[in-house]
Amino acid sequence: MINVRIPTPLRTLTRDQEVVSATGTTVSEIIDDLQSNYPGIKERICTGNGELHRFLNVYLNDEDIRFRDGTATALNAGDELSIIPAIAGG
Amino acid sequence: MVEQRRFFSGLKCRECGRPYPGKALYVCEYCFGPLEVEYDYALIGDSLSREKIEARRKSMWRYRELLPVAGDISVGADVGFTPLVRAKRLAAEWGVREVWLKNDSVNFPTLSFKDRVVSVAVNRARELGFKVISCASTGNLANSVAAQSASAGMQSFVFIPHDLEDGKILCSSIYGTKVVGIRGTYDQVNRLCAEIAGRYGWGFVNINLRPYYAEGSKSMGFEIAEQLGWRIPDHVVVPMAGGSLITKVDKAFDEFAKLGLVPHKTAKIHGAQAQNCAPIVNAFRAGSDVVRPIAEPNTIVKSLAIGNPADAHYALQTISGSGGSGVAASDAETIAGIELLARTEGVFAETAGGVVVAAAIKLLASGQVKPDESLVLCITGNGLKTKEALHGRHELKTTIKPSLAEFESLIETESPTKEWK
Ligand SMILES: Cc1ncc(COP(=O)(O)O)c(C=O)c1O
Ligand SMILES: [Zn+2]
Repeated sequence: MINVRIPTPLRTLTRDQEVVSATGTTVSEIIDDLQSNYPGIKERICTGNGELHRFLNVYLNDEDIRFRDGTATALNAGDELSIIPAIAGG
Repeated sequence: MVEQRRFFSGLKCRECGRPYPGKALYVCEYCFGPLEVEYDYALIGDSLSREKIEARRKSMWRYRELLPVAGDISVGADVGFTPLVRAKRLAAEWGVREVWLKNDSVNFPTLSFKDRVVSVAVNRARELGFKVISCASTGNLANSVAAQSASAGMQSFVFIPHDLEDGKILCSSIYGTKVVGIRGTYDQVNRLCAEIAGRYGWGFVNINLRPYYAEGSKSMGFEIAEQLGWRIPDHVVVPMAGGSLITKVDKAFDEFAKLGLVPHKTAKIHGAQAQNCAPIVNAFRAGSDVVRPIAEPNTIVKSLAIGNPADAHYALQTISGSGGSGVAASDAETIAGIELLARTEGVFAETAGGVVVAAAIKLLASGQVKPDESLVLCITGNGLKTKEALHGRHELKTTIKPSLAEFESLIETESPTKEWK
């Protein structure tokens, strides 16, 4: 089981839950699992060809998955995924 | 006061175009694209003219129809309208006809261009009913949030990487804000703030107030065009962190041209970053649309040390679309840039300004900026806040007794030139 932190704009799909659990061995599998429990969530996170939306950051524990293998990044039980929209600043 | 509300109607997703109300919203629920303020340009065009703008107070609010605040300006009414300085000695040094400095190192109240964005964000936050203002910051944004919240009588929290320069910390803390140092990079600060913003009902200027905040940067472009005598320059060099300012300078020129306030023209907009944290410049050079974040930025240019810039995609579009380029400066070039600007023009810029000067030198050397073209450098912050970058270079080296004889022997040994006498 992996915990997934859901950003505010997606919580309407997760019945207001901030953290949900999902199963899978890669980020892609987790997204598919989320989709089966919270229909509609995948098309919010991914573009038509299955890539993550450009303005979304996904972290495995503390690390941006772009520094790992992107959506193919492998996961272990107890990991936490966070989905966070890109943020301005400076 | 004009009924400002009519000039902007709400927000719109920059990617998919879905409309949203003018609330504290910042991403599209459907595609996570950033939301942008929607204006009624026909109405603004009927209302705004050069004469009307020129008759107003010298602050960024002279362009208020093009800034997203509905009512009266209750905080930051004096922000902006900083000097646009003709840099004749720098131009002579470089062998160029026309160089200008847009000098936000003396912006009010906190000596950086961030006063512009915060002024819009805090006014809008008040209108939306927020009681607490907050931000994630590489320093300057925090300074301005702290000062302008104080002057608005609002409580504030600012989140910064714990290892910022002393001046950046002091210039937040002095205003009575709560400064929280995070043991991590700016991008980690940002991520934490996204989580805090989801849980606390605060107005985060760079998160849930981002569409309003970002528009404030346009005022730098408006002022450049007005102060040049209502024209758009050939080239502008803009420092990039999150990549928002550069897109808004471009947008400002477009809006002025669209409203007939300046003749149509495409300025080449060049983006500058520090070599060891240059995700946008790297993507530009690779000719790629995919921006690879930098995990551990390692540069003296802490104000620009954002490894995962939110507006990178649009910054790249601005650069490529205008025919500009992306330029990176090493720490040594940055220091040389700060010193050159101070020596030739009497302007003491922070590290981001050193990056801009260094970038301009490269653009001239590569022939991208020609000697007979006009070049504007955006100097966005003040050198007194980043003293550490110059550590050991400008300490007091000469001391003498209060004696004329000692002075005369000093001048003989150190500067035996006629001019001194
Ligand atoms: C002095 C200075 N210049 C430029 C920038 C870049 O702004 P942006 O994040 O809009 O690219 C910053 C951002 O912090 C800054 O502090
Ligand atoms: Zn959208």
